[in-house]
Amino acid sequence: MTAIYLLFILMLSVFVGFELIRKVPATLHTPLMSGANAISGITVIGALALAGGEYGQWSTWLGAIAVFLATVNVVGGYLVTDRMLAMFKKK
Amino acid sequence: MLDSIIDTSLLINFVYVISATLFIFGLKLLSHPSTARKGNLLSALAMLIAIVVTLLDKQIISFELILVSILAGSAVGVYAAKKIEMTSMPELVSLFNGIGGLASLAVAWATIAGGVNLSTFVLFVSFLALLIGAITFSGSVVAWAKLSERMIGRPVVFKGQAIVNVLLIAAIVASATLLIQQPEVTTWHYLVIGLALLMGVMFVLPIGGADMPVVISLLNSYSGLAACAAGFALENNLLIVAGSLVGASGIILTNIMCKAMNRSLVSVLTSGFQPVVTSEM
Repeated sequence: MTAIYLLFILMLSVFVGFELIRKVPATLHTPLMSGANAISGITVIGALALAGGEYGQWSTWLGAIAVFLATVNVVGGYLVTDRMLAMFKKK
Repeated sequence: MLDSIIDTSLLINFVYVISATLFIFGLKLLSHPSTARKGNLLSALAMLIAIVVTLLDKQIISFELILVSILAGSAVGVYAAKKIEMTSMPELVSLFNGIGGLASLAVAWATIAGGVNLSTFVLFVSFLALLIGAITFSGSVVAWAKLSERMIGRPVVFKGQAIVNVLLIAAIVASATLLIQQPEVTTWHYLVIGLALLMGVMFVLPIGGADMPVVISLLNSYSGLAACAAGFALENNLLIVAGSLVGASGIILTNIMCKAMNRSLVSVLTSGFQPVVTSEM
């Protein structure tokens, strides 16, 4: 039954995602891609439980690697997006 | 303390709802030029509170590795984002995207490797996260290499490429079946990951030149879907919401970018296989 609830959540957020990006000016394509990319680093919250929990040594290390990689994605992604958008304002 | 007053998992999931709302507002603001920067900040704030509240999870018992990983990851992220030349931005976005895909791959792998008596459903969605994460990773690395002129930028095609792709997909389906039936056999883990990585390379090789931004956008959408699949495996609502937001908005953005170039997504993805068509204007 949990799977069904999760599918509901999936379906609704897919619609929200579609609706959000209906009209976006061409100049914002790259920053939007970069900003959305940073959001996909949300994997980090899944990785945290694996890195800090007791699921065996191999899982712990994989989890730690995932935390590291996802943090690079998140921190780098948001900073790069901000740099791009800051550049737009000056124009 | 706090635990005795309210259930921690309830608190965590409540904060996840707030975080998801902020992500949605963030994306909304990000799609208008005047509010874009604020939108980005809002989405960063959503990420921060999600990470902080996740650390309250009772399943997390040791913090040393987490702390080291987060600090190291932040340092690399800040360094890369500050050092990069403005002209090399698309490459960096592609590389970050690949790193995100690799993170999803690692999460899925850890779930399969660390789980005892996992249900077929969990194994299946973990496999999906593994597959999409790996394709995102190797595809993004090829896209990055093409954009930064580390490898040839034009479409790479060879004889029988379509047949190789079909065989590759068949091999992935077969190895996935083995993985789901015998999750404890590590050989299947390596097999699925290896084949999926190859798939990502094969996917991006026949695309080149001006089509690269479209591919990066599509791979960006994939990295969201990988996070979403990982969310199903871990039964984490926020992973599903944020992942599918990125997945859906990425597909739409890809479509908009194709239209801006007067092309269809199918023609972009198969561009290497088609003869060059010149249209008279």
